Amino acid sequence: MHPGVVIAGGGQAGLEAAAALRTLGYDGTVTLICEELHAPYQRPPLSKDFLIGKQEADSVFLRALAYYEKHRIDLILGDGVTEINRGARLVHLAGGGTVAYDQLILAVGARNRPLPVLGAEHTLYLRSLDEAVTLRQRLAEARHGVVVIGGGFIGLEVAAAARGAGKAVTVIEAAPRLMARAVSPLLSDFFLDVHRGQGADVLLNSAVVEVRPDCVTLTGGRRIEADLVVAGIGVVPNVELARDAGLDVSDGITVDEFLRTSDPYIFAIGDCAHHPRARLESVQNAVDQAKCVARAMMGNPAPYRDVPWFWTDQYEIRFQMVGLAAGYDQSVLRGSIEDRKFSVFYFKQGRLLAVDSVNRFGDHIAARKMLGAGTALTPEQAGDETVDLKRLITLNRS
Amino acid sequence: MPNVTYISHTGETTTIDVPVGTTVMENAIKNGIDGIVAECGGAMMCATCHVYVDPAFLDKLDPIGDEQEEMLGATAAERKSNSRLSCQIHMKPQLAGLIVRMPERQT
Repeated sequence: MHPGVVIAGGGQAGLEAAAALRTLGYDGTVTLICEELHAPYQRPPLSKDFLIGKQEADSVFLRALAYYEKHRIDLILGDGVTEINRGARLVHLAGGGTVAYDQLILAVGARNRPLPVLGAEHTLYLRSLDEAVTLRQRLAEARHGVVVIGGGFIGLEVAAAARGAGKAVTVIEAAPRLMARAVSPLLSDFFLDVHRGQGADVLLNSAVVEVRPDCVTLTGGRRIEADLVVAGIGVVPNVELARDAGLDVSDGITVDEFLRTSDPYIFAIGDCAHHPRARLESVQNAVDQAKCVARAMMGNPAPYRDVPWFWTDQYEIRFQMVGLAAGYDQSVLRGSIEDRKFSVFYFKQGRLLAVDSVNRFGDHIAARKMLGAGTALTPEQAGDETVDLKRLITLNRS
Repeated sequence: MPNVTYISHTGETTTIDVPVGTTVMENAIKNGIDGIVAECGGAMMCATCHVYVDPAFLDKLDPIGDEQEEMLGATAAERKSNSRLSCQIHMKPQLAGLIVRMPERQT
């Protein structure tokens, strides 16, 4: 019996890799090692419907337990890989066991960046299901205000959930604008208006120096009363396992365009993987990299080239992103910011790089297709609502 | 409780009880029915919970919204007039006995 494929990490990337291997007809052993006691689950609802009680924990699991049995995926729960022995091709588990592999997939994800201030132990974070259960409970109980540290996607989704529940909310962001790492200034300004319009107090260029059980203190001494403090200040990719095994790491585990690490028997996917293009933290990236690595293992390797997409829901705003806007030199608006239905198309030297859409689902889907197929779109066409994007795609195909 | 019958592309048939208000997609996932993937978990960001609804039930379904219409244009298998995203089919008493057929592929 061959040792087969071992997948370290039971997030969506790990689960989808196991599933993709079976879908492609892989017949060997598949072992999925999950550090948490939960079977693989979806993270996006944890900061959205789950947090406000519109979705329950039993509906976040990616597969029923029967699925793993039926498809012969050996699920190890509550145990993590602590060491990779590359020479012997086996992994050591925290619980003392070892599992041998022919090929190893590292899908070990990322962890919350801890808040580096005094009293940080009074802060909640949101990444895991257990953290979400705690946060949901604390949110329901909060009486004197909720402080969210970090104006990124997670922080703003938590802020929206808390405002939706009628709590007094203060968002504290160190940068001069919201979601600065991921969106353009126009979108930052838009979301600032949205959150302030919903009654959240949003403080930019502001930093917390101390968290106490009943308040936070900002630089300059201002105190904000709060009985719930949540930090969403980004994540740190889990590179230690790979680094200790002598694999190349940087901001993430370094992989080539086939998602292979510096060891030909070891791949890395999802939040932990630093692909030559970027390291991304998203469902799309987890799922598509999982499929890519499964194809490579089945002897049919193709470079990872899928178009990145992402979404966030805040209040009544559905915000969807596709492509990577980094390095754009021109942005074009389509639709109306005032009506809260618009897209921004980003170009570099006239070539479309990315599209951000606010309540413009059709633009988002069209942009996914255009970026995937390399459909030519000029900035003039992007800004002209009489140009039918779907028709451009059809014309391009024929 | 109303039930729903899922038929795989190879003809494998599974009938399960589906609580009113829940979706045809989430019940497929919870019951380990192959053929519905739901990569995005019902957020209408993918088209991997595509089903063909038995024609007898088509007029009992809610109208296809704009978003579903767009997303149905991105299914892996052929889009037909009875194509729907199962995350958008919420169970209601009128849909008792619903039959959905799953396409050969979702991705």
